Amino acid sequence: MVIGKMDVGALRKALDRREISAVELTTYYLDRIAQLDPELNAFITVPRAEALRMAAAADRRIAAQEGVTALTGIPVAIKDNICTAGIRTTCGSRLLADFIPIYDATVVAKLKQAGAVLLGKTNLDEFAMGSATQYSFYGPTRNPWDRDRVAGGSSGGSAVAVAAGMAPLALGTDTGGSIRQPAAFCGVWGLKPTYGRVSRYGLVPYAPSFDQIGPLARNARDLFLLFRALAGHDPLDPTSLPAPAETGGDLSGSIRGLRVGLPREFFGAGLDAELKERVLTVAQVLAEAGCVLVELSLPSVAYALPAYYLLAYAEASSSMARYDGVRFGNRSGAEQGIVGMMTATRQGFGPEVKRRVLLGTYFLSADCYEEYYRPAQKVRAWLRQDFAAAYRRCDLLLTPTTAAPAFRFADEAGDERALALTEQCTVAANLTGDPALSFPCGRINHLPVGAQLIGPAGAEELLIRVAAVYAEKAPDDAMPEWTAPDVGEQIEV
Amino acid sequence: MWVSKLRYETVIGLEVHVELKTKAKLWCGCSTQFGAEPNTQVCPVCLGLPGGLPVLNRKAVELALTTGLALNCVLTADCRFDRKHYFYPDLPKGYQITQFYHPIGREGWLEVEFADGPRRVRIKEIHLEEEAGRTYHLPAGQDGGAASLLDYNRSGIPLLEIVTAPELSSPAEARLFLEELKAVLECLEVSDAKMEEGSFRCDANLSVRRPGEALGKRVELKNLNSFRALEAALAYEEERQRELLAQGEPLRHEEVRAWDEEKGITVYMREKERVADYRYFPEPEVPPLAIPAAWVQTLRRRLPELPMEKRRRYLEVYQLAAADAALLSRRKAEAAFFEATLRYYRGSAQNVANWILGELTRIMKEAKQSVADLRFSAEDLAALLQLQDQKVISGKIAKAVLEEMFRTGNKPAAIIEEHGWQQISDPGTIKTLVRETLAANPAAVEDYLGGKEKAFAFFVGDVMRKSKGRVNPELLNTILRAELGNYTAAGHSGGQGGHEAG
Repeated sequence: MVIGKMDVGALRKALDRREISAVELTTYYLDRIAQLDPELNAFITVPRAEALRMAAAADRRIAAQEGVTALTGIPVAIKDNICTAGIRTTCGSRLLADFIPIYDATVVAKLKQAGAVLLGKTNLDEFAMGSATQYSFYGPTRNPWDRDRVAGGSSGGSAVAVAAGMAPLALGTDTGGSIRQPAAFCGVWGLKPTYGRVSRYGLVPYAPSFDQIGPLARNARDLFLLFRALAGHDPLDPTSLPAPAETGGDLSGSIRGLRVGLPREFFGAGLDAELKERVLTVAQVLAEAGCVLVELSLPSVAYALPAYYLLAYAEASSSMARYDGVRFGNRSGAEQGIVGMMTATRQGFGPEVKRRVLLGTYFLSADCYEEYYRPAQKVRAWLRQDFAAAYRRCDLLLTPTTAAPAFRFADEAGDERALALTEQCTVAANLTGDPALSFPCGRINHLPVGAQLIGPAGAEELLIRVAAVYAEKAPDDAMPEWTAPDVGEQIEV
Repeated sequence: MWVSKLRYETVIGLEVHVELKTKAKLWCGCSTQFGAEPNTQVCPVCLGLPGGLPVLNRKAVELALTTGLALNCVLTADCRFDRKHYFYPDLPKGYQITQFYHPIGREGWLEVEFADGPRRVRIKEIHLEEEAGRTYHLPAGQDGGAASLLDYNRSGIPLLEIVTAPELSSPAEARLFLEELKAVLECLEVSDAKMEEGSFRCDANLSVRRPGEALGKRVELKNLNSFRALEAALAYEEERQRELLAQGEPLRHEEVRAWDEEKGITVYMREKERVADYRYFPEPEVPPLAIPAAWVQTLRRRLPELPMEKRRRYLEVYQLAAADAALLSRRKAEAAFFEATLRYYRGSAQNVANWILGELTRIMKEAKQSVADLRFSAEDLAALLQLQDQKVISGKIAKAVLEEMFRTGNKPAAIIEEHGWQQISDPGTIKTLVRETLAANPAAVEDYLGGKEKAFAFFVGDVMRKSKGRVNPELLNTILRAELGNYTAAGHSGGQGGHEAG
């Protein structure tokens, strides 16, 4: 039995049959983290003792056969901008280096209730502001497929933890593509659920009208399983959607006759030619499986990126206002009086956070509000209308997740345009609030790439079901190995 | 110079902050109870901890809507919030959630009885927002350097800001407006409206100008912690600005000044020349709350009679004295007791008002109790007044009975019975008492007959003393005069049987 090769369903069976204990399983992952993470830097905090305690509790539950769920005893990595009571939550920031929340985020409480094991807190760009997990105070996360390349971001730590087999499942957060883009760069599955489908209570906000927590996993079933454990109405989240009457299917329905839209704005100049081929191959496979391909246009998408920057940075400047050193987190300049202390404390933000706070502050200033903020809101409304119209012509949309595979660390600063193209594919779904899924669709040279499915609100199951059909029928070389190569030996148990 | 000063006009506008009376805070379930130990009524949301989310308390919206209806406002169709940014340690999130773009109510008015008659004062807007925490600055002392202490119990309590148009023309008018507003809020039961606990706070803006000219630069006054302080600070500021204008040195900049209670002056705080940029934008985490017409209609139906309406009714229906109508209409509990008493009482409404505003108020004040604490009912008070009207007891005895009712809660008839306080109205009994007195005091009778009217009072006093005040005073007067008349008619023939001789 090679744990690293088992999906969550197989792990469940092994746990239930007592072929392996949750403590053994957790120990396996903790050891693997100890072995690989010094180089990959996917984790900021690994509360080893705490994880083993939770695993032991899960073992007792399994032994007593009481309240065992699909996730009981299964380790899950959690992005470090999601609050965990008693376990420090840094948000990748120096300001929160010693911040230990007094409460669990709703998703964490749900995982604990299900008996999952909190394996560790994963690396991210400071406060999730970035697309490469290189703006973390705790150092950059490296791509396991090529250590000179970025993991993507901001949920780079979670994507790498799953891709390198350091965790079977992980939670990420997605504000402009922060789950999907690193999932694509690392060859794993990542879902941004419909805005409001998963509670944000306890998620440290970056741009709260965009932020959404979602799952990362190695295949469709694992992803769906974790999504179902997270989704649901939460009275503590004012933007939480009412619970759907039906929790959603089981990925088994037919996809025959489904209309798959190919919006031409996502396939234009700037898209890597080989990547374009890969995504069109996905379309081909789906057509062969009975889907109807629909070419269409979404003209609003051309304005999505500037609107996203304006609105998200404006919200970011507001979200960051509470870090003044008064009540929690690091405090500097306490001897300089109140204003001096607040100023000195806020000097502790990293360069990317400072840049976004400055820009966002400018966008919200009285002189700029009408010129920038209002038009951006109008673009957002237009995107929603544009997508709603598209959903009358098709059931879901197929696009690339990024414009190219993961870039080298050195590239990023010099190629803002490539980065912008990358984000252009993902931000639209954050502006509309629609669910969007990234799944692996092959490799370019040695680097994985991803395709994206976007659907109307509540279409998570449909998106995963369609991608699962592709994964099943895809050419052999299209799906990555169970994990990235060269990331340590597999231990047989 | 002072002559010309009289021609200046004063323009005053008020910004009133009212804590709404909800059990829970505006965005979380924490208690709003006043006076708890510092930082015991807090949670991740009202402490502004990362990841806390604001869930709107609909009760606060309901109280704001109710106030908006009473203030004749145009109500918003959906309740929206905005963020207002500034840095201060007692503002946990670095922004306050308020209503900037869409106040819950606009363009209202409140009618107030001013010295020259009733007038509507326009309300520019009312908007809902959250309280900040409280900062306590400690000076450097024996224990060490200066320090600031923060209490977040207040953080997130729902606050309604009420902004008037600049339409009040004197400090007295400002005070009358504020008193009327407080009465309205108390009547609606939307706020405790206690200035001393900070649940009712007022900032005032004042400027002076020559009639017909544009509004002058205004001064915002802070630290107005009582009605008296409001009036005094405005009066001081009005005089100060008139003086400046008269000297040809009008204010150049808008400024903020604080009222110094001890010195009785306003003190410069800061200039308002540079308008702070609060970077308002729509609160992204609180979805708009639709306010269906049916909800507003229900609240409108539930609106109580407002003080001004009540005053009108008391004047028209009960013909109360104007001052009493004004006083009673602003005291909800007393007014209710007044009307309840009238349901059982057949005498004059003014008599009931006199008793409630006079004797009863005095007793309650002495005992530091309110109408809610009374141990007797309105029906009991009616019975008491009825007994007085029927001359069963005198006014003086009635007061004693009321004290007993207040103390014991016993029925007035039982108290009178128990103490033997019934009034003596039987002419025969009174006549006997009078004759005893006259017979026992022949010298005084001589005096009286000799023209000393004072002696009459002596006889009355003597009879009352003997009867413990129970003799019907009118009857006593009549009978005493008649008896003394007999003496006159009969010459100095002695007291007894004098009337028979007549």
